[in-house]
Amino acid sequence: MFRKKECVAMLLAGGQGSRLYVLTTKTAKPAVSFGGKYRIIDFTLSNCVNSGIDTVGVLTQYQPLVLNEYIGNGLPWDLDRTYGGVKILPPYQGQNGADWYRGTANAIYQNLEFINRYDAEYVLVLSGDHIYKMDYAKMLRYHKKMGADCTIAVIDVPIEEASRFGIMSTNEDNSIYKFSEKPKEPDSTKASMGIYIFNRKKLVEYLEADNADPNSSYDFGKNIIPTMLAAGEKMYAYPFEGYWKDVGTISSLWEANMDLLGTQPELDLNDESWRIFSRHYADAPQYVGPDASVVNSSITEGCEIEGQVINCVLGTGVKVERGALVKDSVLMDNVTVGAGAEVTYSILAPEVTVGNGARLGAPKEVAAGVTVVGEGVTVPAGRVIRDNEMIAEI
Amino acid sequence: MTAAGLIFSNIHDSNIPELTRFRTLASVPFGCRYRLIDFALSNMVNSNITKVGIITHNNYQSLMDHIGNGKDWDLARRSGGIKILPPFITAYDNNTAQKLYTTRLEALMGVTNFISRCNEDYIVLTDCDVVCNIDLTDVIAQHAETDADVTVVTKKIDVADHELSSHVYVVSRDGEGNVSEILEYSADITGVQEVSMNIMVFKRLYLLNAIQDAAAHGYTNIYRDIINRQKGKVMVYAYEGYYEVISSLAGYFRTNMTLLDPAVRAELVASREAPIYTKVRNSPPTRYADTAKVRNSLVADGCVIEGTVENSIIFRGVHIGKGTVVKNCILLQDTYVGDRAKLDCVISDKSVMIKDGRTLAGHETLPFFLPKGTMV
Repeated sequence: MFRKKECVAMLLAGGQGSRLYVLTTKTAKPAVSFGGKYRIIDFTLSNCVNSGIDTVGVLTQYQPLVLNEYIGNGLPWDLDRTYGGVKILPPYQGQNGADWYRGTANAIYQNLEFINRYDAEYVLVLSGDHIYKMDYAKMLRYHKKMGADCTIAVIDVPIEEASRFGIMSTNEDNSIYKFSEKPKEPDSTKASMGIYIFNRKKLVEYLEADNADPNSSYDFGKNIIPTMLAAGEKMYAYPFEGYWKDVGTISSLWEANMDLLGTQPELDLNDESWRIFSRHYADAPQYVGPDASVVNSSITEGCEIEGQVINCVLGTGVKVERGALVKDSVLMDNVTVGAGAEVTYSILAPEVTVGNGARLGAPKEVAAGVTVVGEGVTVPAGRVIRDNEMIAEI
Repeated sequence: MTAAGLIFSNIHDSNIPELTRFRTLASVPFGCRYRLIDFALSNMVNSNITKVGIITHNNYQSLMDHIGNGKDWDLARRSGGIKILPPFITAYDNNTAQKLYTTRLEALMGVTNFISRCNEDYIVLTDCDVVCNIDLTDVIAQHAETDADVTVVTKKIDVADHELSSHVYVVSRDGEGNVSEILEYSADITGVQEVSMNIMVFKRLYLLNAIQDAAAHGYTNIYRDIINRQKGKVMVYAYEGYYEVISSLAGYFRTNMTLLDPAVRAELVASREAPIYTKVRNSPPTRYADTAKVRNSLVADGCVIEGTVENSIIFRGVHIGKGTVVKNCILLQDTYVGDRAKLDCVISDKSVMIKDGRTLAGHETLPFFLPKGTMV
């Protein structure tokens, strides 16, 4: 049974996230841990639900096992619906052969049937690798009010950083007259957030044309948006103000985690009006031992802290043993830091074990970069791993 | 060797009237994030018992809210799963006063339908006053092996170490080691005793017969009238793990505090093989501020801690302000403690608000209790 839905969300979650290196060798980027008990994709999924969008297609391709398991039937986000809900959309074999998703636009093109089944008026295209809280319903109202064919959410970025983004040049009424992907000399500070709303009929038209073009790279930013703009379609920028972070790199992932800390955190997860949901299980409560010290940190279930934790974000089931010091670091699920070990300015992937007395990373002020240890690695006792190192295996 | 479970949610409400004023004993919060029924339910689920009836009496809104459809215990099933069995007034004879049941046996008369519709061989009965992590498959295996009619799970304890009430039953054996009687605890019983954990395995058909017999004769007490009077084959399963019984507010206080012992946590709530499930509330992680000083405490998710916390059990969503010192306290869900307050041996029920600068203290034998929603 398919009931008509006004707006269907398509969540692009197939990218490799190669700039996260060892964190994405076994996991797609949207399924990378964030903030102790979340995965990156929780933010987009929760935004959908909180915005009243209950039909979400998740396009997966790269290393989908963990992501598929994590999303499951969508229960944690209230997306286990009789009509709609969350559906995983992997590449598939069709009558005319099988194909991988060749680009973001091609991924949606191959799943037009999903959108058509719900007879949706609007299609919301999202990426699964951004951390932000946003009401898409407001953006949809704006899209309708402007009578747009396509609305692109934009955020003001500092001019010196603008050349890292897709930049929209707009008229006073926010209509877009120019789009430049990573311009060397940006003439605007309105960066695309990778969030689009399309009128379905227009989207279908352009996706079909794009698919017929053998020279296309089948990408929204590179192909669909410029082509629509050139054809004179009504395209508007939707200005967003608030916290938004692309966590595509090690340093931005580290920073976004740190934004959860402090008395007035930049990213507040305690905000009752906009909850971020996640799939988690009933672990034992966290325990802070008699000689432990936990300062300016975010700790979650199952943790047992006997050592010192300063400015850290800890996932579930993390153990910090006696005499260990963990500072300015992100420790994902089930990491164990052995007695007397020191972890500074590092990201440790799930199931990492740091042997007694080992030393990882260097103080943030002097380090060349974040030290990263990949999933399941055991760092032998006493081993020293320097700043900015990336350890996939030992 | 299949078994279904029955949990009595209200039988011991009078043990801690402070906490059961608005709820069943089963839904009394415990150990940062649990409710007492989580132990009974998880023990069953971990022992492959997937059809569980929960017998209620009164004030069971909080219980139903906690249980939901049973999904968090993996008991949202097409066949079996959780069934809440509300009281059933006309179920037993001679009830002209239309009173609800007062004992387990009367309660069982009201759920004969559930029992007779089961096709499992055994019924496991359990209350919610005992905190333990027990493998019931072992109990059921012994029950089957010995071909017993009833197997009562017991624990040897020194009665001086526990705050026992008359709700606790003590096993006495004859010269050959067979169970002769199981009798109510009274203050003149001292020393090391074998007490019933109020966990029993019955042959289902034996239980059905016993219930009918009890209805016919007006029997009311399961120990006195079935176990002692019927002379069926009664066996004992001697459990040796962690055991605490919640029979008073002081006992509740002390039992919570036992969780600060790593060995207790490892056995009771942090076991990978037999985890304790509970309703997942989707709280964010707990945020410790620059000024936080936390020592030897168990903390749930969703808290914000800016002050000092020692030897305490902090439930979900608790706020502890700057300059506040919390020692030996149990602060239930969403307790708000402002700045510069001092608390020692305080139990605050849910959504209590303690304003800036307040000083409150009790003693571990008589903790200072703040009822749900109070503002100090």
